[in-house]
Amino acid sequence: MISEVKREIISRIEKEIIINQLAQGKRSDNRGFFDFRKINIVPAPIEKAEGSAFVSLGNTKVLVGVKVSPAHPFPDTPNQGIFVVNAEFPPIASPMFELGPPSEYAVEVARIVDRVIRSAEMIKLEELAIIPGELVWMLNIDIYALDDDGNLIDAAMIGALAALSVGYIPKVEIIDEDKNKIEIIREEKRPIPLQDMPVTFTFAKVKNFLILDPTHIEENIMDGRLTIAINMRGEICAVQKGEGGGFKLEDIQLAKDIALRKSDEIRNIILEQLAKKPRGEESWNEIRGLGNGED
Amino acid sequence: MFLVVIKNGITLLDEKGLRNDGRRWNELRPLKMSVGVLKRADGSAVVESGKTKVLAAVYGPREIHPKHLALPDKALLKVAYRMASFSVEERKKPQPSRREIELSKVIKEALEPAILVEKFPRTVIEIYVLVLQADGGTRVASINAASLALADAGIPMKGLVTAIAVGRIGNQVIVDLNDAEDKYGDADMPIAVIPITGEITLFQMDGTMPPDLFDKCLDAAMEAIHKIHEMQREALRRRYLKIKEELIKGGGK
Repeated sequence: MISEVKREIISRIEKEIIINQLAQGKRSDNRGFFDFRKINIVPAPIEKAEGSAFVSLGNTKVLVGVKVSPAHPFPDTPNQGIFVVNAEFPPIASPMFELGPPSEYAVEVARIVDRVIRSAEMIKLEELAIIPGELVWMLNIDIYALDDDGNLIDAAMIGALAALSVGYIPKVEIIDEDKNKIEIIREEKRPIPLQDMPVTFTFAKVKNFLILDPTHIEENIMDGRLTIAINMRGEICAVQKGEGGGFKLEDIQLAKDIALRKSDEIRNIILEQLAKKPRGEESWNEIRGLGNGED
Repeated sequence: MFLVVIKNGITLLDEKGLRNDGRRWNELRPLKMSVGVLKRADGSAVVESGKTKVLAAVYGPREIHPKHLALPDKALLKVAYRMASFSVEERKKPQPSRREIELSKVIKEALEPAILVEKFPRTVIEIYVLVLQADGGTRVASINAASLALADAGIPMKGLVTAIAVGRIGNQVIVDLNDAEDKYGDADMPIAVIPITGEITLFQMDGTMPPDLFDKCLDAAMEAIHKIHEMQREALRRRYLKIKEELIKGGGK
């Protein structure tokens, strides 16, 4: 099988053990087939970014930052803000990642997150105009993988969602409208205008088994990957099949049903953590504790 | 009596001799070190010096690619220092800048004298540093973090490498410069030492320094380095106590 993602060498015995366990209805980490690992969201740890979130999905960790800056709008949408999603998978996160420009995998993940945000119309872009036709806000959403224990897609999506949710737009004073001269007042701010909270569900297909939120070991032996995004109204708002291998129609229907059934639950976990957790410098207490070594 | 120094609207030194963040001249920012924070890397550490936050990961010794880079008598040390795009005020493009390339080199040269590279010929030891948030002193935080990550990966070393930046505002020596002091102060001098052997392995300076202050800066740096070195050892000790606890609890699993 040809795969875009460079895989680790895994022994035939380990592969067989995992598949035999799946046949008995068990996963190597004792989860149910359609359970997420524990989701931890640390809101706004990066004070230099207008929005940020550290997310762990089991041992998978990502850090997402949103930088907000004035830019010229696209000619076809002169009154709308712009957002750009970029993903960096640095070698820090996995022995399989290499230095250099984003890999195909990183670009795919960035584009999935971009597509989900766009399709769900999550950001109210028309509220991001500064001088209509001339200046708008640009949001750079940068996703950094820090530890890849599988399913970077869902971790990245939760991270982007959380970083946007806690993010802000600074106030501007227009000094000279004709010359596009503005003054940015960082002390006064408003939340990034959002109107949806899409969540993604990534499944791996291993032999005949469909499992949600695969670990990196499960990703190493998977035949195919399927991501389904659900918006707040319960619509499917983006889909991506990845890797070699094929899916049966029943697999896709099952994945869609699971995603629809679980989307409110995951959304509530995210909302709850965003609401109750400390932000800024204090949030680092949790980041330190999430590693194997505590402070 | 202290001379008040104000530059670009920032009070670098006030009438009590306190710095813009309220510290005394030789006071360190709150320093936190966590070892073994990543699962996939062979060794890892986070070092936080106030708002400066740095993550380091280590791999190896492992097989080298492409093979012709292999050294017959020692391991090749590869270091990449990178800043997250959102770690600074203005978004930094992800492509490495000339600054990041230079810092990768000097950090490598600061660490290499401590590592027993001759024990692992024809292999590579890789050190990756990612600055998550920058507020001055990122290269010294990177060295402190990388040295902990190397120890966490079990790579044999003569000793840990410990680093600090010192400098001056007017005639006042200052220790552990923050971003404003780095930008508007009169000199910035990052130093790394292997405290066990006393070797100085990183030494840079920008700005200007009268000769008498130069010596005072070095003394202040050595004092800070001994404090930080003790904290590094303590962070490693905590890590290994935790592993020990897990081994006892988990029955060796």
